[in-house]
Amino acid sequence: MAEMVKLYIDGIEVEVPEGTTILNAAKKAGKSIPTLCYHEDLPPTAACGVCVIEYEGRPGMQRACCTPVAPGMKVITNSKLLRERRKAVVGLVLSNHNVDCPSCAANEKCELQKLANDLGVDMHMYEKILDHRPEDKTSVAIVRDPDKCILCGRCVTVCDEIQTVHAIEITDRGFEAHVDTAFSAGMGASPCVNCGQCIVYCPTGALREQSHLEAVWDAILDPEKHVVVQEAPAIRASIGEEFGMEIGSVTVGKMYAALKRIGFDAIFDTNFSADLTIMEEGTELVQRINNGGKLPLITSCSPGWVKFMETFFPNLGENTSTAKSPQQMMGALTKTYYAEKSGIDPEKIVSVSIMPCTAKKFEAQRPEMRDSGYQDVDYVLTTREFVRMIREAGLDFKNLPEEEPYHALADYTGAATIFGATGGVMEAAVRSAYYLLTKKDMPNVDIKPVRGMEGIKEAELEIPGVGKVKVAVAHGLGNARELLTKVSKQLEETGKSEYAFIEIMACPGGCVGGGGQPYGSSIAMRARRGEGLYQEDSSLPKRCSHHNEAILNLYKEFLGEPGSKKAHKLLHTNYVERSVVSGDAVREITHKH
Amino acid sequence: MKRKEILRKYEAKPDNLLYILHDIQDASPYNYVTEEDMEEIADFLGLPYSKVYGTATFYSMISQKPRGKHVIRLCDSPPCHLMGSESILDILKEELGIDVGQTTPDMLFTLEITSCLGVCGVAPAMMIDEEVFGNLTPKKLRKIIKDYREGNV
Repeated sequence: MAEMVKLYIDGIEVEVPEGTTILNAAKKAGKSIPTLCYHEDLPPTAACGVCVIEYEGRPGMQRACCTPVAPGMKVITNSKLLRERRKAVVGLVLSNHNVDCPSCAANEKCELQKLANDLGVDMHMYEKILDHRPEDKTSVAIVRDPDKCILCGRCVTVCDEIQTVHAIEITDRGFEAHVDTAFSAGMGASPCVNCGQCIVYCPTGALREQSHLEAVWDAILDPEKHVVVQEAPAIRASIGEEFGMEIGSVTVGKMYAALKRIGFDAIFDTNFSADLTIMEEGTELVQRINNGGKLPLITSCSPGWVKFMETFFPNLGENTSTAKSPQQMMGALTKTYYAEKSGIDPEKIVSVSIMPCTAKKFEAQRPEMRDSGYQDVDYVLTTREFVRMIREAGLDFKNLPEEEPYHALADYTGAATIFGATGGVMEAAVRSAYYLLTKKDMPNVDIKPVRGMEGIKEAELEIPGVGKVKVAVAHGLGNARELLTKVSKQLEETGKSEYAFIEIMACPGGCVGGGGQPYGSSIAMRARRGEGLYQEDSSLPKRCSHHNEAILNLYKEFLGEPGSKKAHKLLHTNYVERSVVSGDAVREITHKH
Repeated sequence: MKRKEILRKYEAKPDNLLYILHDIQDASPYNYVTEEDMEEIADFLGLPYSKVYGTATFYSMISQKPRGKHVIRLCDSPPCHLMGSESILDILKEELGIDVGQTTPDMLFTLEITSCLGVCGVAPAMMIDEEVFGNLTPKKLRKIIKDYREGNV
């Protein structure tokens, strides 16, 4: 237990544990010291100097974000000097910033915009010194606009410390300093895995997705095209908050209603193909357990994780499930099964997905993802793009009625909806693998040890006839690296690992914390969205993928059985090893059956 | 190969990054480090490529593009400025036929500006490679350049 320290914030007495920063102590006194580079989820970089305070007995100013409290300290958070200094700092940042608010992707979400307004900063306080640098558009998923970068360093911290990808760094110095990839090669020629955590942590609009929005509008407004859409599990838990609803509200019927009014011709649901993923991946797990195949099996639905594996852990390629992600399974079925069933020429179908993810844009364009004979998913919109679309269409989202999708490719169980939260795929897969192994349903389908925001979670499950099975879940690539380094070592030394099944999600919190989610998604917000999904799961009549009748019907009508030849052709994929320098494919590491 | 020999002298720990960058640059006939150099250093030290690149670009002493055999660094700090470094710069530009940051076509000289060299007592001052020259006058400067051109150093 840390010692408690008593101090005074603007005369208000507070007591906090030793080591607390002045910034956090002030919160206890009801004072919110303005900040810019600071983010509650990240270690302070102390780059901006907005959070300056004074305290008695020491001349000058200190940064509240990185100065620990001391006993009896008398902190002043508001003085003429501090007010002037904060304005000067923000004014200087604005003098070197492309103030492009109305057309900026981060408008109304921008922390710089809000801070400048809160502090009453005159944006013309200093002469403009902006030295234009071109946007980095080399990546299919992420765009960087250096003219909006304020060098807070959050993106670099997330990429280095949370994700351990190290794709970007602050390079050069002084006025020349800017965020860049190694050798200035561009994000598309770097080890970037497209997770987009840099975007959600960016305080401004210096990072955003490669937008597919205009292309989707064009397709919708083209009478020749049949435009279908699927929405990821996590979308329903985050879209509401952008329209004034509580964080974690699950809004399925309104989401379908919005899509219909926007003009999509058919509305599917990625939750349907999440159930399908479980059938394929669960079958793969059971086969590997029964036939002495490669274990642990590692999930493959997170495309950020898949590229990370291909770049940093190619040794685990054969451990990674060959099952495609739900997005890609739906894509492959859209231009085959759906086209056949509805008598529509697949050539005319435009397949759109709405994802909480930027890496999905990369995944959709992978050369492996054309098993229908076409690009299986044509366009991927992030949650942010979907929000914009709803606004452009002039919809009052909060007051939309609840509507229905196209049931044959949209019905889902509780197992599918929890895909959006860390541990969800594991839980869903275990529910069905248990059934496939024992021909009985689990007595209690809630597998609580794999839920929640802890970085690496483990559980030991007793499966009758199989024995004890150990599983692990990691979210955030730094946690994944830690877990998989251990697994790789076990495999290298003894040929086997203590785990049978591992779920990896690239983003902290899982998809609810994806790089396509609204700017400013904190860990606390992600946890609430995840809770929303678990609530939906427990409220649904069916909670196991193998009980989804639409899925059973799909196998009966079209695919045969899980793991069939046709299922393998359409629903499974293979992986490549990638260069750590450029991210380019170097060689195939698994082969398609 | 030179690069491998240099790396062999060092323990593979990140603290050695700057020493290695300097050594490799010094061994380069064109006074710079290449992308291949940085990649191999990163692999050797177990550092991300972005970190090595970020470090190399942060320090103005390390160049990522080829430079001349001799690097001239003219001091631009206030004391040298007051003592006429501006006109010394004009003469350097004229003598070499290049601007700051450029290299002569014969790859003999690169012209750079530097912060304080710590020899304010002999301002205006400059360095050529490791050598310091103070109390510069137009005449003295022209002589120094001539000596370097003719290899009399």
